[in-house]
Amino acid sequence: MLPWLTALMLALLAYGLYGGLVLAPADYQQGDSFRIIYVHVPAAWMSMFIYMMMAVSGAIGLIWHIKLAEIVSICSAPIGASFTLLALITGSLWGKPMWGTWWVWDARLTSELILLFLYLGVIGLYNAIEDNRTASRAVAILALVGVVNIPIIHYSVEWWSSLHQGPTVTKFAKPSIHIDMLIPLLVMAVAFKVYYAIALLLRCRNELVQREQGARWLDEILEEK
Amino acid sequence: MSEFLHMGGYAFYVWTSYGIATLVMAFGVVKPLLQHTQLLRQLQLKRKRGLR
Amino acid sequence: MTTPSLLNAFLSVVRRDLILAYRHRAELINPLAFFVMVVTLFPLAVGADVELLRRIAPGVIWVAALLASLLSMDALFRSDFEDGSLELMVMTPHPLSVLVLAKVSAHWLLSGMPLILITPLLAAMFDIESDVIGILFITLFLGTPVLSLIGAIAVALTVGLRKGGVLLAILVLPLYVPVLIFASGAVDAAAAGLPVSGQLYMMSAMLFLAITLTPWPTAAALRMSLS
Repeated sequence: MLPWLTALMLALLAYGLYGGLVLAPADYQQGDSFRIIYVHVPAAWMSMFIYMMMAVSGAIGLIWHIKLAEIVSICSAPIGASFTLLALITGSLWGKPMWGTWWVWDARLTSELILLFLYLGVIGLYNAIEDNRTASRAVAILALVGVVNIPIIHYSVEWWSSLHQGPTVTKFAKPSIHIDMLIPLLVMAVAFKVYYAIALLLRCRNELVQREQGARWLDEILEEK
Repeated sequence: MSEFLHMGGYAFYVWTSYGIATLVMAFGVVKPLLQHTQLLRQLQLKRKRGLR
Repeated sequence: MTTPSLLNAFLSVVRRDLILAYRHRAELINPLAFFVMVVTLFPLAVGADVELLRRIAPGVIWVAALLASLLSMDALFRSDFEDGSLELMVMTPHPLSVLVLAKVSAHWLLSGMPLILITPLLAAMFDIESDVIGILFITLFLGTPVLSLIGAIAVALTVGLRKGGVLLAILVLPLYVPVLIFASGAVDAAAAGLPVSGQLYMMSAMLFLAITLTPWPTAAALRMSLS
């Protein structure tokens, strides 16, 4: 399955990048700098999507004690954290030419940063508990608490930012996006999803092998090699 | 071509963000792959010791 | 032996924790001293400009209260975990979540309450007007229990770990953000002469949500830490 996914991702990436970097017309306000959108927005979407995945599979693992769900949950965390970091970095690289500063205490930026902290907490907790099964359950509880909190955090931050500053936010209000810009964006988003699947499979394979040391099926695979 | 690379004056910002994205995403795949080969090697060693 | 009623169990856990704390009175002072010291550091760091200090005071006091509550959280389940009484609590016929709520209430009475009581003094040091002090008082009253309740989840998750301290902070602080925002927002609005009822409603809503929801994950996390 991995080669197929890789091929799919490369094709999507190639198309998305070509469409985004070459075909799409330059934005009339932001010029070519808007092309950062093709990594920034998919990364931001993924950062939230992966957190949901982590919490849902964590819940499944917690309720039905399915080992695989636990593994999916914990393997998602580093990938999600890297996407969050990516969204933040590309966001600030976009913000510098557009707003004139690397960082604005804007609602979205701040809640994304908090999301990164949540991911770090999950990873830290998993690494701190030695027993894998216990750690997965702890992580699942934490991820679920985080999911309940994310909307609250998001709205409170939004409210907070609207209180403190007005003008920078309106710059976010995009002129309704052109179809030539939108299609590559969506393609890139799908490509990132496939990338997530690949990275997740790779990580899960390691985690599974590590946890199942000495199991018979593993022995048989080793025999063949 | 050079115009494309120039990115309307935003070359630095656009290409750094793409560069960082590539680095981060490549790292996310390469690291588990390396870990995998290392893990398998360890397990093979363990198994051989066990068989003797 | 008959099992005591739920209310009795709740009250006896609270009473037990209060008595235990009374026997170690000196430890109660620590979070309070920490709170006052952190607040004192800010004028030293940003300068003694009265206007500036008055503007940042609500935020400073709230951040300090947050850190102080975080500092004292660590002790919430630790001694019970170490001497095994936590395991006994898990085994009682009563739902663990209720006992957790009792423990958190006792903890808040011991650590949150003193902070609230000393706040007017600090607020006076920052030259905050008296009606703003009132709002600050109310936000602390509504907010610090939420902090304790949310913190309890993270403490329960880390109680079995030897190096839980820093990890606890990483787990808890992002979850504290909404409380901080609404509380300091309310005080800011009060200082600017704006109505604050919206923020206070939000904070009360958060308090009730926290009281009803957080004991469940805390109990689940405790069971997990003990297994």
